[in-house]
Parts: sequence; structure tokens; C-alpha cells
Amino acid sequence: MATTLYTRANRPKSSGERWARRGGALVPWLWIAPAILFVAIFLLYPVINTIWLSLLNFDSSAFAGLTNYRRIFTDPRMLLVLRNNLLWLVVGTVATVFLGLVIAVLVDRVRIESIAKSAIFIPMAISFVGAGVIWRFVYQYAPPGQAQTGLLNAFVTNFGVQPQAWLINPTINNFALITVYVWMWTGFCMVILSAALKGVPAEILEAARVDGASEVRIFFRIIVPMIAPTIAVVATTMIINLLKIFDIVYVMTGGNFRTNVVAVEYYQQQFNFGNFGLSSALAVLLLIAIIPIMLYNIRRFRQQEAQR
Amino acid sequence: MSTIVNPEDSSGLPLDVAGSNEPAAWAKAPPPTSPGQRVVRWTNNGILTFIVVLIALIWSVPTFGLFVASFRPASATQSSGWWNGLVPPWNFTIENYQQVLRAQDMGQAFINSLIISIPGTIIPVFVAAFAAYAFAWMKFPGRDWIFLTIVALLVVPIQMTLIPILGIFTAAGITGSFLAIWLAHTAFGLPFAIYLLRSFFGALPSDLFESATIDGASHLRIFSRILLPLAVPALASLIIFQFMWVWNDLLVALIFLGGSPERAPMPVTIANLVNSFGSNYEVLTAAAFISMALPLLVFFSLQRYFVRGILAGSVKG
Repeated sequence: MATTLYTRANRPKSSGERWARRGGALVPWLWIAPAILFVAIFLLYPVINTIWLSLLNFDSSAFAGLTNYRRIFTDPRMLLVLRNNLLWLVVGTVATVFLGLVIAVLVDRVRIESIAKSAIFIPMAISFVGAGVIWRFVYQYAPPGQAQTGLLNAFVTNFGVQPQAWLINPTINNFALITVYVWMWTGFCMVILSAALKGVPAEILEAARVDGASEVRIFFRIIVPMIAPTIAVVATTMIINLLKIFDIVYVMTGGNFRTNVVAVEYYQQQFNFGNFGLSSALAVLLLIAIIPIMLYNIRRFRQQEAQR
Repeated sequence: MSTIVNPEDSSGLPLDVAGSNEPAAWAKAPPPTSPGQRVVRWTNNGILTFIVVLIALIWSVPTFGLFVASFRPASATQSSGWWNGLVPPWNFTIENYQQVLRAQDMGQAFINSLIISIPGTIIPVFVAAFAAYAFAWMKFPGRDWIFLTIVALLVVPIQMTLIPILGIFTAAGITGSFLAIWLAHTAFGLPFAIYLLRSFFGALPSDLFESATIDGASHLRIFSRILLPLAVPALASLIIFQFMWVWNDLLVALIFLGGSPERAPMPVTIANLVNSFGSNYEVLTAAAFISMALPLLVFFSLQRYFVRGILAGSVKG
């Protein structure tokens, strides 16, 4: 029997716990062995390799200590990259999770639920190359006076507003790119949150309505707390996605016009400028940034287990 | 709100096992007591439907624009917005589609995409299901930390792994083979798959396993006879996501199959097509729709499970 850190000696063992301790000590390792093997070779080995490279100089010929990290936090180009990534992280996560949740709640109450869900989910099936073309048709810019072939500019010029270079103007271009992400990933959040909504017991909601609670109050006081674990899963997935955001920025602006983010900067430092030390340090930053999120998840899983 | 329908029937809803999952008739309100109230409810529902339709339309407009543009001649797309194509006189053409489909190797590319995507979906889902079962229902030292490490690796940008993996593949002599790309997609898909399935498996009630234990069933038997059937919705959803990601992948295919054009999947062939046609992205409009067709077919055919499934994290907390 494998002994564990989590057994609380003073607590009577639940059936789940007794079940979990069945079998020999070796058995669990056999079950996770294939996954461990894949992850160790294809992900962990490159990560360790990268951590080591991040401590070396640009062509990995000499030890550089923390020089690369110091540069990330002092070089204005790098600071801009960090700022943009933070913007993506905050705006992208809040927008996808919030819209996904609101839409899931709304579609749950109408007859056209499945059609509406499909419409919002379809962008997920589109490749990044396809999405790039689609949004070029939206953001395209022509100087004032010429025919606007971009949807958004055609729309705003109708109201007498000057056409905007959505992807070039640095005050709006980051938001224009984040919009593309929100368009693609809200469907993912919606589908998962909608499934969780189906599990909220009808009696509880009915009881609240009978007591005269408003729909807004029901949403915040009953629905949100009950599906909180699912919101956590969705938010975690979005945070991770956004930390390493690459495709949209790479396809639409190539990181130009002050839109660069960590993963694109990593790619350019590595493959265009050949600065392996700096690119590796950028990648390691992403790994460090994820640690608090993972600790939160572990705590959540332990709570779940304690309630079995 | 008596008009509210709940398209989910309760029969066979696997998550009912979790106890707290009543079929979601949750929008059912107490019966209206006066005609006035009924009118208010009816109006509210109308407004709600209007809002939902509006959101769905906003979401669809960009894709619809692409769809219209894919049927317009190149000169029209360059000189006027796609919405002008909706106004008579209509000037639609299927030339863009012909150009893509006539392109050399497009048929082969479609077959290659299938050869890559099917094992590239099934292998990681199975490997992840085994691991997720162990992480959720077995106890062993270091379990949480191993799990945490695997999920944390989700954040690794794929670009970071390409050079080391290429080194491994070259040493093993499998660069440019389908095996190489299956292995790569399996590894890249595993962290998310394990995270999602562990959330789902962990939320199942322990009573389920209790009775099986008394019967002396083995882990393997519990896994295949009890867990997998219950997890069909979660597995179906995971399969759709993984299939979409592998099908639409350009980067991994470019790196690991770059040297063998006879094995190139559709995204690679389309990318080449665009390069050879320069900046004429009318071709891309048609190509984007052709490559989108199969993932959408998979989505619509599995949507039933999709909507019900993925109680990731579950309601149980």
C-alpha cells in the first residue's frame, strides 16, 4: 500500500478513500507511465534545456547568469512586450469568460439555443490562417475619400467618423487583436459553462423565484457560486492560452506597431535574431507566471477530494 | 416564461449519476397567475430571443463576409467591400474554389490530413484517459505535484519545443514520417486532455466505485465498464477540440513534415498555394472554407454530446 501525505489520521476513511488505496504501490505508476513518458520527452526535456540556455549568452557560448532576465526587465522593447502580454491576459480572460457565461445563461432560456450556440462556436473550427483573412475583411483600411473595403471602416464612416487604421494605430491595435481572440474563444467558454449550467438543480432556482429574488440576484447569488469550479477550469485554460498567445499577433501584425507579445518576441529572438539566451529567458518567464495559477488549481482539487 | 424549452432530455444523461444533476428544467417558473403577468413573461422572452439573435448575428458577420467574398471575382473583392456583392446585379463565381481544388495534390493533402488527424486525436485521448483516472482515483506519493507539473506544461509555447524534438526525431530516424507527427501531436495535446478529464473524473461520486470494489473488480474493469461509458460526453468534447486543433495545425506539420511534400496536410498545401499566388487572397477565402468543412461536420455530428458533456470541474466542487 502506498502511504500518502493526504490521509488525515483522525478522519474516518470515506469509501472513495478506501477505493483509492486499493491495489499495489506500483499500479498507479503503470497507469500514468505512457503520459509521463510523452510529457517528459516532448515537453519537460525542452523546458529544462530552455532553462539552461536562458542562463547562457546569446549564442550559448558562455555563462551569463541573470543578464538575459535583467535585460527583459530594463530594455524598453521587452517592457512593451510584457505590458502587451499583461493587457492580453487581463482583457482576454475577463472578456471570454464573462461573455461565455452571459451567453450561456441567455441561450439557455430561448428556443433557438442550439442554433445560437453553433453560431458562436463556429469560429473555433476556423484555422488561424482563415481567421486572419476573415478579420482582414473587417479591419481593412483605405485613406479617407476612397471606398472602404473593410467592414468596420465602412461602418464608422457611415456615421461621419474618420476611417481608422485598426491594426496600426497603437492606441487601438492591441484591442483590435484581442477582439479576434475573444471572437474565436468565447464559444469554447460558452460550451463548457453551458454544460455546467444544465447541472444547476431546478428546485433551487424555482425556490428563489418564489421568494421573489430578481434574475440578476439569482445569477450572482446562486448560479455563479454553483458553477464556480467550472468557471475556474475555463478561466485557467484561458489564462494559459493568453500567456502564450502567438498565432493571432503573428498572422495579423507580425508583432509590429507596438503589438508584440512574449511568444512572438520569443520566436523572433530565436529564429530571426539568433539570441538564444534572451529568447529562452522569455519562455522561462511564461513558466514562472503559471506557477500561482497551478497552486490555486491544486488547492481546488484537494477541496474537491475532501468533499467526496 | 412558460415558453421556455429545455432541449435536454434527461434520459441517459450520464451526469445524473453525480446526484446533484437534475435534468435542467431550471428555467421553469411558477405558472402565471394573471393574464397581465403572462404578457410580461411573453414580452421578456421576446426581448431575450432578440438579444440572443443579435449576438449570434454579430458573431456570424465576419465569417459570412468571408463566405460572400469567396464567391466574388478577384477584381470585385479588391475594389469594393464584400457587402456590395449582395446587391444586384449579382456577380458570383466559383472560380476561387476551382483554383484551390484544381491545385496539385489537394486530394492527397485531404487524405494526409485524415491520416494525421485521426491517430493524432485518438492516441492522446486514450493516454490521457488512463492518466486522468489514476490522478483522480488512485493515491500515490507525489501525485498532485506530478499532475501540477503536467498541467503547467500547457503554458509551454510549441515553438520552444521544436528544435529539441527535431533533434530527437533525427536521432531516431523518423523525421518526416507520420509517426513523428502523431507522437508530437500526442505530446502537445496531453496536458489539456489530462486536465479536462481529471476534472471530469474527479467529480464522479465515490459510491460508484464502492460497489465495484466490493465485487472485487479490477481497476481495468472499472475503467472500461463504468468510467468510460460515463465519460462519453467528456470524451466526445475532448475529441472535437483535439481534432480541430490537429486538423488546423500548420506549424507542427511544417516543421516535422516540411521535408516530405507527399505527406503534407491541407494547411501546408494551402499555405504553399497562397505563396505561389502571391497576395491574391481570394484564393485563401475559398481555401479557408474548404479546410473548415470537415471540422464543422465533426462538430455538428457530435454536438449532441458536446452540449451535454464537458462538465469539467463539475457542479460538485
